[in-house]
Amino acid sequence: MRELEYPFDPSQILRRRKALRRALLEDGRPRLPKKIAVLGGSTTSDIIKTMELFLLDAGIQPEFYESEYGQFYQDALFPPQQLLDFQPELVFVHTTSRNITHWPQLADSPQAVEEKLAEELGKFRAVWDSLADTFHCPIIQNNFEKPFYRVLGSRDGWDPHGRGQFTARLNQAFAAFAQEHEGFYIHDIDYLSADFGLRRWADPACWNLYKYALCLEAIPAFASAAASLIKALFGGRKKVLALDLDNTLWGGVVGDDGVDGIEIGQENGVAQSYYEFQSYVKELSASGVLLAVCSKNDEDNALSGLRHPEGLLRPEDFTVVKANWENKDRNLAAIAQELNLLPESLVFADDNPAEREIVRAQLPGAAVPDMEGVENYIAAIDRNGWFEAPSLSQDDLRRGEMYQANAQRAAQQARFGDYQEYLKSLEMQAVIGDFLPLYLPRITQLTNKSNQFNLTTRRYTLPQMEQIAQDPSYIRLFGKLTDKFGDNGVVSVVLAHVEGHAADLELWLMSCRVLKRDMELAMLDALAEQCRARGVQVLRGHYLPTAKNTMVKDLYPSFGFAKTSEDPSGATHWELSLAGYAPRCQVIAAAPPEGRENNAEKG
Amino acid sequence: MNEREIYTRLNQVFQEVFDDPAIRVTPHTTADDIDDWDSLEHITLISAVEREFRMKFKMGEISSMRNVGEMAQIIAQRART
Repeated sequence: MRELEYPFDPSQILRRRKALRRALLEDGRPRLPKKIAVLGGSTTSDIIKTMELFLLDAGIQPEFYESEYGQFYQDALFPPQQLLDFQPELVFVHTTSRNITHWPQLADSPQAVEEKLAEELGKFRAVWDSLADTFHCPIIQNNFEKPFYRVLGSRDGWDPHGRGQFTARLNQAFAAFAQEHEGFYIHDIDYLSADFGLRRWADPACWNLYKYALCLEAIPAFASAAASLIKALFGGRKKVLALDLDNTLWGGVVGDDGVDGIEIGQENGVAQSYYEFQSYVKELSASGVLLAVCSKNDEDNALSGLRHPEGLLRPEDFTVVKANWENKDRNLAAIAQELNLLPESLVFADDNPAEREIVRAQLPGAAVPDMEGVENYIAAIDRNGWFEAPSLSQDDLRRGEMYQANAQRAAQQARFGDYQEYLKSLEMQAVIGDFLPLYLPRITQLTNKSNQFNLTTRRYTLPQMEQIAQDPSYIRLFGKLTDKFGDNGVVSVVLAHVEGHAADLELWLMSCRVLKRDMELAMLDALAEQCRARGVQVLRGHYLPTAKNTMVKDLYPSFGFAKTSEDPSGATHWELSLAGYAPRCQVIAAAPPEGRENNAEKG
Repeated sequence: MNEREIYTRLNQVFQEVFDDPAIRVTPHTTADDIDDWDSLEHITLISAVEREFRMKFKMGEISSMRNVGEMAQIIAQRART
C-alpha cells in the first residue's frame, strides 16, 4: 500500500489508521497468520495498532497479546495464564531508556558503575532466558535510544558515569547476546531514534502525559522497521533487485551520450552520487540479493555502460540481464520466471515514474520504490526494509555464485538432446540424511521461504526445529545437492512423523533452485530406506493447496501414491505402501555425509 | 480563522480518527458521545488535531479540556493557519 511505503506521512497514517486497516483487510490477499506477544515497558497501544497496518501490508495477519502497562518483566518471568494460552510465535520486548532503573551516579566508584551495569543486564537476561524457556519462539528486543539530555555535555558520551556511555555499553552487551544466541534479534531503536531525530522522538510530554517512550509521530517509523524485521524473520525478505540503467545506475543515456558521456565515478558530485548508489547495490549483492538489469536499451549499449572504467558494478554482478525494448513489466515477469521466483520477491528500481506506474499496475506484488533524485536512491530502497536480514546463512552470501553456476548448467543443457543424458552429465551428488545441527538455521529458513515446491507450507521457527531435531518420533531428512558446476547447498527438507507402521509426511519441500533434477526422487529413495530401517510400511502424504504451490499438486500421484481422501478446501491425502519399493533416482549419486568421516573410519 | 472553519476541519479530523463519516461535532461534544473515544484514542486524536492546526496543546490543557468547545477555543487562540 503506497501510504505505508517510504517516504510515508506519519501523521496521515496515525490519523487515517482505521480506514487504512479496513482497506487492507478488504483487499482479499492471502496472509500468513502469526501470534505476536508484545511485552512493554511503556504504553504500547498505538505501537501495536500501527504495527498491525505494516504487517498486514507485508502479508502477515497478526494476532496480538499486549502486556498490561509496563509489565514486560513480570510477564516474562511469571507469564500469566492468558499469555501461556496465547502460545506466541514471536515475542517483542518493547523497552526503552525509560526502563533503565540502575543509572550510575557521579559519586559512584568504578566498581559501583560496573555492578549497576551487571544488574541492569541481569534483569534483561532473566527476561530473555525465561521467554526462551517458556515459549521456544523468536524474541525481538529493542536496544536503547540515547538519553535526551546530557548532564555532562560531551563527557556524558565517554565518562563511565554518563548516561550516554551507559546506554552505549548496554547496547554493546545486547548486541553480544544477539551474536551468541540464535532466535534472538535486536530492534535497533538507537538507530531509528537518531534517524528520526532524538529531540522529537524523546518528547518528554509524551512520556509524562501518556507514558509513550517515543512521540506519536515517530511510531510509524518504529512500526515500519519492526514489521520489516518480523516479515524477514518469517521468510519475507525480497530476493532480487532489478535495476534500470540510464539515470538509475549512471547519469545520462548511454545509447545517446556514449560510454564516455555518461556520469559515473569521481568527476563531480552527480557522478559520485551514482557511484555511491552502485556501491550500495554492490553491498546488497554481497548480502545475497540477486541483481538483474531491466532496461530499455540495446544489450550492447547496456553492457558497455556496465563496463565503464569508473563504474563499480560489472556485467557479471548481474544474474539476469534484460536489456531490450519489451515492456518492463514483461521483462520483470520473465526475470522472476528465470529465477523460479514469484513477483513478490522483486524490487524494481527505475528513475522513470511512467515505468514505475506500469509495473505497479501490471505486476502487483513487486515492490517499486519512488526513485526521485539520485541523492535519494539509497534511502528509497534502504528505508523500506525489503532486504532486512535478521539471519544470514552461508547460502545467502554465496547466492550470486550459485545462480551463475545455474546459467552454466542451462548452457550445458542446450547441448544435450536427451534430458536424462543431460542430468547424468551434471555428475550430481547428494548428501541426504538426518538433520545436522550445522544446517538447522538453513533448514528453518527453507520452511519459511519455500512457497512453490512445498506440499504443506508449514512454517517453523528455529527453536521449534531444534525440538523436532531431538524428537525420536520423527524421520527427518535434509538434502544437499552438488554437481560439477558447484554446490547448491541444502535444498530439500522432508519431515515424517512415525505412528506405528505408518509415517505421516508433515513437510516436503524443495528449493526451486534445483527443479527438474530428480532430487525429489533421491529424497523419496532415502525416505523409503529410513522407513524400512524403522519398520514403517506405509507413507501418508498431504497436499494443502495455497495460491503458490500448484506446481506440486500432482507430486504424490507421480510418486505412485493413491488418493485416500479430499477435503472441501481442496486438500488431498495420499498413501503409498512401501512393500517392494525399488529406488527411483538414476542420476544422483550418494555423497559421503560431511563431518562424519572420522566415524566412518572407525566403523 | 473563523469558528466555522475550525469546526469544519475538526469534524474532518474526528471522522477520520474514529473512521465514522456520521460524526458531527458540536461545542458540547464530549468523549461520552463517541463510542471509540477512550483515553488511548484521545492521544491519537490530540496528535491529529495538533497536526491539522499546526499548533501544540499545553500539558495542562490536554487533561483539563472538557468538551470540543474548549478545544476549539484554544485552537482559535493559537492556530497559525
